[in-house]
Amino acid sequence: MRRLPGRRILRDTQRLMGFISRGFKGKRRDTASSSRVPPGQYVVNDFPVLSAGPTPRVNLDQWTFSIEGEIDEPKRWTWKELAALPSETVIKDIHCVTKWSKLDTSWKGVSVDVLLQGVETAAEFTTIFSDGGYTTNVPLDDITGNKAWVVYEFDGQPLHPEHGGPVRFLVPHLYFWKSAKWVRGIRLQKEEHPGFWESNGYNMYGDPWREQRYWGD
Amino acid sequence: MSVDERKLDGNAIGGLLREIFTMEMTAAETTCAGCGAINALGRVDVYMDAPGAVVRCPSCESVLMRIVHGRGRYWVDLTGTRCLEFAES
Ligand SMILES: [Zn+2]
Repeated sequence: MRRLPGRRILRDTQRLMGFISRGFKGKRRDTASSSRVPPGQYVVNDFPVLSAGPTPRVNLDQWTFSIEGEIDEPKRWTWKELAALPSETVIKDIHCVTKWSKLDTSWKGVSVDVLLQGVETAAEFTTIFSDGGYTTNVPLDDITGNKAWVVYEFDGQPLHPEHGGPVRFLVPHLYFWKSAKWVRGIRLQKEEHPGFWESNGYNMYGDPWREQRYWGD
Repeated sequence: MSVDERKLDGNAIGGLLREIFTMEMTAAETTCAGCGAINALGRVDVYMDAPGAVVRCPSCESVLMRIVHGRGRYWVDLTGTRCLEFAES
């Protein structure tokens, strides 16, 4: 993939200018973005890294993405096959349950709708699973209809391993722990099975606009 | 921050464990349900910048404990700890 050093410099300059000018127009900017920031969240300009374990070493030659579970014939793509699928660039706001939100993040990847094309299933739920054993549960309706992607670029660059590269899940309308890093597939399920965090206190659904952080929210 | 710097040792959750068990716990010994390794809590691997604290076995990296704290409650998962041994306070 082509690197764009010029663009990175421009971005750094913009960040610096944003930092310098915050004192003068920070307040106005906060007001402008408040309709996009869910309750209890604050906006960050950097991209914090959240990890529940060591960053897996991924060999793309052996990497695959699978759809399994409630499906007659499980589907599987190699990295080359996935990268050859129709892709799109999406600009989304993301909201982490640790209370930071990041606006207008740019991702490139494949819509889950493309991966599920022609699939018939009795499933209503899914488990997204990753290298390193991480899992998260999301209703099937929440990853279809142009609401979720399997992404491999962030901000025009290959996705850094710290941020889930080579490939992560992106379901930006839910808290960001649902956007599993180092994703390897989707398990289609008739029943809802709580994932890594959902089985220990975190909300089964995780809607940031309803502040569904914990069990009972 | 590099990936390695994210990994802390068990002293990073010394305070959190004191809140939960109301005593000093870093000398308590965990037996890993995955590989059987026995380690003092002060010596295990800890990842703190996730939505909760994740405690991992330094021998096999499997999860020993997950601790979530929010809304005035704690959720403590000890599935990966076969035994937790500690002295009376
Ligand atoms: Zn172990």
